[in-house]
Amino acid sequence: MSEPVKVLGERRAFAPLLTVEGLQVRYGAIQALRGVSLQVGKGEMVALIGANGAGKTSTLRAVSGMLKAAAGRITLEGKDTTSLKAHQLVPRGMAHAPEGRGIFPNLTVQENLELGAYLRRDTARIEQDMEKGFTLFPVLKERRRQLAGTLSGGEQQMLAIARALLSKPQLLLLDEPSLGLAPQVTETIFRTLREVNATGVSVLLVEQNAHLALNAAHYGYVLETGEVVMAGAGKALLESAEVRRAYLGE
Amino acid sequence: MATPGATTLPDDMAGPIPPALRGLLPVLLALPVLALAEWTLGASPFATYLLSVVGVNIILAVSLNIVNGMTGQFSIGHAGFMAVGAYIAGVTSLSLKEVALSFLPVAASDQVLFVVALLAGGVCAALCGFLVGLPSLRLRGDYLAIVTLGFGEIIRVFVQNTEAFGRALGLSGIPQYSSVAMVYFWVFLVVLVARRIAGSSHGRSLWAIREDEVAAEAMGVDTTGYKVRAFVISSFFAGIAGGLFAHFVPIINPGSFTFVKSMEIVVMVVLGGLGSTTGAIVAAIFLTLLPEGLRSLFGAMGAEGSLAQKVDQIRMPVYGVLLVVLMLARPQGLFGTKELWDVLPRWLPRRKKGLS
Repeated sequence: MSEPVKVLGERRAFAPLLTVEGLQVRYGAIQALRGVSLQVGKGEMVALIGANGAGKTSTLRAVSGMLKAAAGRITLEGKDTTSLKAHQLVPRGMAHAPEGRGIFPNLTVQENLELGAYLRRDTARIEQDMEKGFTLFPVLKERRRQLAGTLSGGEQQMLAIARALLSKPQLLLLDEPSLGLAPQVTETIFRTLREVNATGVSVLLVEQNAHLALNAAHYGYVLETGEVVMAGAGKALLESAEVRRAYLGE
Repeated sequence: MATPGATTLPDDMAGPIPPALRGLLPVLLALPVLALAEWTLGASPFATYLLSVVGVNIILAVSLNIVNGMTGQFSIGHAGFMAVGAYIAGVTSLSLKEVALSFLPVAASDQVLFVVALLAGGVCAALCGFLVGLPSLRLRGDYLAIVTLGFGEIIRVFVQNTEAFGRALGLSGIPQYSSVAMVYFWVFLVVLVARRIAGSSHGRSLWAIREDEVAAEAMGVDTTGYKVRAFVISSFFAGIAGGLFAHFVPIINPGSFTFVKSMEIVVMVVLGGLGSTTGAIVAAIFLTLLPEGLRSLFGAMGAEGSLAQKVDQIRMPVYGVLLVVLMLARPQGLFGTKELWDVLPRWLPRRKKGLS
């Protein structure tokens, strides 16, 4: 960790939910993350932006327990979860919609959603929550008997989000929800994300599309070669000359 | 371990038969058929032998299908687990040869000892499956295939150089306890287990892993745990198949458990359709009887022994051609992921379609 992180704008006060301190991740000899620290509050939407290879996805995967942290500490609601694996974190309220959507193409929409509720035992409530998902994304209801692989890219992303929500998460981790989607579809998805966030679900979002992400998020972190180089309120980052030059092509 | 019934399987499968009995039903139905088969075939050693080989191959194919088909992990060392079962069961039987349980008639005592030997072989194979699976199931695709291939070869070479296992000469004199009924009892057991797994939430987890491992992990599936469990179950039955095999062939030697045998089982699973138990059974029957069919075909063509005797050698090219044709014409295998009742005509009563 070299230079201090440049902080822009005021952060709205949220009760802390996720705290990451000095997170390091290695792939063999290559160090992907060199000490990332960040926070997500309860009900907050936080965006993680940065160029290709900056370590955005690695951060997300380490937080959700799919990657082992080489060093650092991750706490969820004050409890240390650094060494926990994904299947232990899901029941603690962490839901991860992986990059490239990761839906099950040969299962129907309905079955995909059922898998989202995989660890839940309150069968009666699942049905209700599934209906809630259908209100968020009505198109999924029309297609509930269809194989997920036959959905359009946007619909698949919606399914991935709806499925992640079915585990009743406190924290939703989203990896590149706009990947390969038409701008209009992306907007629909982000609008729904804000709705979801407004119901109290915290969101940690990784995005290439800095403009969209920072507009939607309360707070943002800028990653560069495995380190947080800048942080700040979404709008403030969006207005900063450096971010505009580096990520918005101005 | 988290295996909740999160998915809501409709309870309309509840018929007039109580659920507890329904699992046993296939076995109960099969018993008289097996008894009949045993009785009619008693006179023909060749038919008995062939039926036993078919049964053993069905066990191997159905058990491999749990790993390769349902879980989508490409394992090509199944003959290795079979060898473990064959040798452990064989050695157990040999050392218990003189033992007789005094409170039972001789025949019954032999069968009890046989089952003990089989279970010893199965458990040892399962243990090997656990030891191999735990580190290697973190690998994906080709890498796992290479590790399992390596394991199969290690077992073979180990046996070939161990005095207690008879080295390259193999083990002979293993009491011939096996019977068609015993083989098919295990066939039913493995089919039952495979089907029960497929229909359970355990099976859905395996299915999720097969479809997309990352997504399954994100959903909270303990991917490594499920893969290892599938591997252990599969190895157990491979060991049982090996144990059965050891008790009806006159001699077992390392040559019976080479890479070619592993490949044969993989071909059965792929031909039948990855994920279909029905497919594995049909393909196992077909591919086991194919050499016999070829033999009589060449015999009938008057190819005077020469060709007919070489059937065992030309079998592999035939498999190769079969696979190429299959991949071109029907890449999902004969049955795809469907089961018998999915392809039966509509007028037959059908099971509610689940995941597989």
